[in-house]
Amino acid sequence: MKTVVTPTSTAELIEAVRSAPRVLAFGAGTKPRLSQVDDNVLGISTVGLSSLLEYEPDEYTFTALAGTPLRDLTAVLAEKRQYLPFDPPLAAAGATLGGTVAAGLSGPGRLRYGGVRDFILGIRFVDGSGRDLRLGGKVVKNAAGFDLPKFLVGSLGRLGVITELTFKVFPRPASTLTLRLPVSDPERAVTLFEALGSGRWEVEAADLPPSADAVYVRLAGPEGTLPLIARELLAHGSGDTLEPSVATTFWANLQAQAWSAPGNSLHKIALRPREAPALLQQVAAMGGQVHLSSAGCLAWVALPAGSDAGRLGLQALTLRGSGPLFSGRAAEPEIARAIKFALDPVDRFPGFA
Amino acid sequence: MPADALRRLSAILPADRLLWQPAHLAAYQSDALTAFQSPPLAVAIPETADEVIALVRACHAGRLPFVARGSGTSLSGGSLPVKGGIVIALNRLNRILRLDPAERIAVVEPGVINLAVTAAAAPHGLHYAPDPSSQSICTIGGNVAFNSGGAHCLKYGMTSNHVLGLRAVLATGEVVEFGGGRREQIGPDWCGLFTGHEGLFGIALEITLQLLPRAECFHTVLAGYRTLEQAGDAVSAIVASGLLPGAIEIMDALALEAAKAAVHADYPPHCEAVLIVELEGPREAVAADRLRLDALLAASQPVEARPARNPAERLAIWKGRKSAFSAVGRLSPDFIVQDGVVPRRRLGEALRRIGKFSREAGLRCANVFHAGDGNLHPLILYNGRNPGELGRAEALAGRILRLCVDMGGSITGEHGIGVEKRDYLPAMFSSDEIDCLRRIRAAFDPLGIANPGKMFPGGEAPALHAHGPHPLERAGVISRE
Repeated sequence: MKTVVTPTSTAELIEAVRSAPRVLAFGAGTKPRLSQVDDNVLGISTVGLSSLLEYEPDEYTFTALAGTPLRDLTAVLAEKRQYLPFDPPLAAAGATLGGTVAAGLSGPGRLRYGGVRDFILGIRFVDGSGRDLRLGGKVVKNAAGFDLPKFLVGSLGRLGVITELTFKVFPRPASTLTLRLPVSDPERAVTLFEALGSGRWEVEAADLPPSADAVYVRLAGPEGTLPLIARELLAHGSGDTLEPSVATTFWANLQAQAWSAPGNSLHKIALRPREAPALLQQVAAMGGQVHLSSAGCLAWVALPAGSDAGRLGLQALTLRGSGPLFSGRAAEPEIARAIKFALDPVDRFPGFA
Repeated sequence: MPADALRRLSAILPADRLLWQPAHLAAYQSDALTAFQSPPLAVAIPETADEVIALVRACHAGRLPFVARGSGTSLSGGSLPVKGGIVIALNRLNRILRLDPAERIAVVEPGVINLAVTAAAAPHGLHYAPDPSSQSICTIGGNVAFNSGGAHCLKYGMTSNHVLGLRAVLATGEVVEFGGGRREQIGPDWCGLFTGHEGLFGIALEITLQLLPRAECFHTVLAGYRTLEQAGDAVSAIVASGLLPGAIEIMDALALEAAKAAVHADYPPHCEAVLIVELEGPREAVAADRLRLDALLAASQPVEARPARNPAERLAIWKGRKSAFSAVGRLSPDFIVQDGVVPRRRLGEALRRIGKFSREAGLRCANVFHAGDGNLHPLILYNGRNPGELGRAEALAGRILRLCVDMGGSITGEHGIGVEKRDYLPAMFSSDEIDCLRRIRAAFDPLGIANPGKMFPGGEAPALHAHGPHPLERAGVISRE
């Protein structure tokens, strides 16, 4: 994109969508590959659309404009002791709520209650015909109409321009505790992930950071109960408990993806835990790094510039770097073309290439 | 039945699995919304996914409407047959194809019963979370089509939050695979779009479900209150405290009376409302949270608060709750169940106004609801044999739906629009929005042969009449909720 406009109201944004034959919206640009498109596409920045429109702590819901930074939202939620349990990534870098939905990204906390798709309730978006549409709802339970809010998670702005979102939130547990459980090899990490995922402890996060020899486990719950649970998890090995300030910094760094060098390409991989050892080996051979998140259901992979993520043989989304947006996916079914046409009959939005 | 349609289908299925004689069709002419009945042209009973695909492709080739059906427990008329169309009964596709305890997933066919998934997962300490009250008979295919809920949605979400993958035959005959055994995904969320399609996109053939570890420990309390407002205030206090119970349910006086009569449930005397709250989790967390919950409940001035002292008492509390709907059926020859949602803080106001509407209509209305997520279940009692009463009941139901929308809620929390609420879709969505939904439907089903007449307003009106409960309900096998 060569030209970028920054509307400051939803009306202006709708006008911007209608004003050009080819448009793509983007947020703060923290996942730059998602908005790398041809010069003839008009860029619509949503950063001028930043506002928490409604927040009802007693309802566990809020509605915000798409360009609202995550860090602003989490700060307001924290005042009421609430949170988005899926730890949306890149908050510190300025990532927006709309960008998080469009990219379909969740962080370590998705392990306990699910990801961004599990907390989205309602969406307002502009389709390719320039129509202003609200689907889903503003209450925590709703089954009216097709679930467009969920469908647009991961749609990369290619099926509609998101202008407003309603989310479910949860009360924040009173305390957290992070354990470091050493693992001698990736196979053991997988065994540990599986045990944690089906155990009684309801762990909030279980991640293997790049080049680490330990799985970091975050417990969350009522004050005073976590040391009891931790004792059981630490009983059979040489693990230890992180000091609270160390733990806070540790998770913040992971969330910020501070480990990945800016020159490298960055990819999200949808993973099965058992695929993790082969992935770690393959990435190491390519000179890259892996952060296994959410008990091995999710991997963040950094590769040296110019690497082909397709060689990993897994479904991947490129967030930074020059590779194709998607790799490792089966050919699009016929229905994907039909739905694209239903939402964008004039091809106003770029494709998924 | 037209000879050419029958010929197409009989090339796919043997004669004993293609029903077309009126006596055989009678059992399929309605679902749990018994006020609507319409006999199908024929009922096809496939036993394999390949047969389902062949049937759908034959329907597509012959422009023959079809309605997929599981156990027929839809409360919105979702599996009501379409005039001139066939029913594809999926009950024999009831195999659990794979259950992987380490990855915590199950791959099932659409005719598998909801509770059978949990039964298969239980030996591994796992369970399937969505628990509609009909869970002992409703099928996963139906749950997926209608995005079924249950009593634990605030914490665990609805069916769509637990579907990781789908193999489906679309109404065009195209066979697609969405998602898989992965919890994360790349690209648009097709499983999210397909779940809750109300039978308008096609038929799910294989469904990959996420399983969750069974909570180690429960603390279940039943508390009786003199007034509904007090019960509502207790809910507000619990929510404001930062506790996240697995379930928060309320039953009103009429529902309590019914449950007492039906399953001999025992409730504190002289109560206008009973609140059920359940905490769950690791034993250490539940031990800490129960102290806070018990203090909150004590401060809410109940007539009596009874914690379940053992698993049997816990089950008894839930039995009374889950039987409430069929129990209410004993108070009246007929009833309609609504499932609108209101913001939780407006529950008290909503119930007062529903009470007023019900008095004005001259019809009794019992309330059993998921207080934690604002999902109401007003049961409107009427007698279909009295001229005009069904019409009054429907008018009352309509007022309640509009009230939910006016309060910023939804016309359906978990039953779906179906045939029952299709005229109320425009109360929630603009004409542009409904047009968008129609375009999506048309992308999946350009001929409009998959469950036509459902969800969207207009369309052909089915026969509306009928009297009495569903045969399975009468037998106590299913309940409406």
